[in-house]
Amino acid sequence: MSTSATHGLGSPAAITRHAILLITGALILIPFVWMVSLSIKPPGEIFHASFSFWPKQFYGIENYTKALTEAPLPRYMLNGVFVCTMIVAAQVLVCAPAAYALAKLEFPGKNLLFAMVLIALILPHEVLSLPLFILGYQIGVLNTYAALVFPYVVSPFGIFLFRQFFKTIPDDVIHAARLDGLSELAIVWRIMVPMALPAIIAFGIFSVVGHWNSLFWPLIAVRDQNLMPPPLGIMAFKNEEAGNDYGPLMAASTIVVAPLIIAFLSAQRWFVEGLTGGAVK
Amino acid sequence: MTIASSMPERAADPTGAAVVPKMLRRQRIAEAFVAWSLAGPALVLLVTMFFLPVFAVFAIALTDWQFGATTLSFIGMANFREVLADEGFRASFANTIFYVVIVVPGTIVLGLAIALLIESGKSCRAFYRAIHFLPFMATLTAMAIAWEALLHPTIGLVNQTLAGLGLPTANWLRDENTVLPVLAIIGIWQNLGYAMVLFLAGLKSIPQDLYDAADIDGADLWFDRLRTVTLPMLGPVTMFVFIVVALKAFETFDTVQVLTQGGPGHASEMLLYTLYRESFEYLRTGYGASVAVVFLFIVVALTLIQARVMDKKVHYQ
Repeated sequence: MSTSATHGLGSPAAITRHAILLITGALILIPFVWMVSLSIKPPGEIFHASFSFWPKQFYGIENYTKALTEAPLPRYMLNGVFVCTMIVAAQVLVCAPAAYALAKLEFPGKNLLFAMVLIALILPHEVLSLPLFILGYQIGVLNTYAALVFPYVVSPFGIFLFRQFFKTIPDDVIHAARLDGLSELAIVWRIMVPMALPAIIAFGIFSVVGHWNSLFWPLIAVRDQNLMPPPLGIMAFKNEEAGNDYGPLMAASTIVVAPLIIAFLSAQRWFVEGLTGGAVK
Repeated sequence: MTIASSMPERAADPTGAAVVPKMLRRQRIAEAFVAWSLAGPALVLLVTMFFLPVFAVFAIALTDWQFGATTLSFIGMANFREVLADEGFRASFANTIFYVVIVVPGTIVLGLAIALLIESGKSCRAFYRAIHFLPFMATLTAMAIAWEALLHPTIGLVNQTLAGLGLPTANWLRDENTVLPVLAIIGIWQNLGYAMVLFLAGLKSIPQDLYDAADIDGADLWFDRLRTVTLPMLGPVTMFVFIVVALKAFETFDTVQVLTQGGPGHASEMLLYTLYRESFEYLRTGYGASVAVVFLFIVVALTLIQARVMDKKVHYQ
């Protein structure tokens, strides 16, 4: 749409474009802005309704201290980091070899295996939660870190995505590696995965964002506060202590949301690719 | 490609194992062995984490089993009859449909409008894209708490603004007439950036020639080009966004759990919340499994429609 009407900052069309996008952008940002604003206000100012973003009396230190000490918020964050790391590591470990077999090897049952991957891709995880809960109970891992990780150690989406990417790597590369005496497993880890690093990173972001933000399964899998990932932890904080103590509650919310927002703003392209790449394919 | 394919004989001999030289055959077996040992862990885990659970859900739905009970008996479709006759489930189903019917068009129209606006100029594209995409990746549980503060009946920004303008206020999350539309607005807020990014990708793939051709045909106005080129070419992407957003809308859980717990009454109960509460709070296992089966059918139906649409999409590439 490169016509004269839309060129240049000064044209009416360009001004309208900026005006509308700034307004919709501001509307989108209101919940974030209000959250941060309440997190630095004293209780008196929160309950004495006002439109101003900046408080008359800066109360941020008190609110953030309370959020970090009254609830085990640092613990929740570490749980989130630990669980997400374990999940992504397990997924890459399990999915990359399978994806290599599907992309580059011939074997009986290959089509069946790929069909299984596609079917698993369709199944919404929430539907499986009841049997997975029973399975977790049977193997005695409920209410442990393992409970948060085990349903996700294999990712059909990961296998699918890696397979697509591995297929684009020329066969000559693999021939050369075989002539050099590399085993098939060594080819996966020393040739395929390094060459498919963009896909691995995109998948890693997709997985981390999904599991950092997820509430449904943690709500079922753990009761112990020391094991809770951030979304579950902040919900517990809201229900138990903070109730109407908005300042610390908003401070806690800000702390939970901040890591992904900061990561997103510093690596926008990767995030957009990771969160939509699979959808576009 | 295969390990064996470095041998020219293989390509020349597609007729079967009987005539394959012995050495080549051994090589094929070796390749199959390697392949299965590489894919083995994934296969075992796919079966344990996906396929057995799906069968288990169907099986449990046909029994009167309750979690922890030592006995169970086969009761056929009784759970499904109970589910379908249950007022709570009916409300949950109707609410979910209502929610989806608001969220999907709302997300598509706004996402498309914003994508078109961003793409219509050159400056600040990344900036606008980032702002509008932000809610999609922010932790919804935490943002729901921020929304609750915004919607607070007395000190919330929404009611303050309305009161300041002399408009009527409401207790948004506690009023059965407003709670579902409000949740839907939060759903649109969260998903429109996702739709926007998909539309932006779709817009980029429209060849410039088509706009040039439209120019020659006299489509001078922006609106003419939109009507004759942009929108028709975005058809497949739109259909795709439609399904993906519908799936996300059907799977809404976090906002219900954090903000309303399905209330007031059943006014904001939605399928996934019903599934969670029946299965894990009331421990009505058979009933919960039946809800899961109903939910599964909806999701699979939508996904199959999507697969067909994606096949058609090929025409436009």
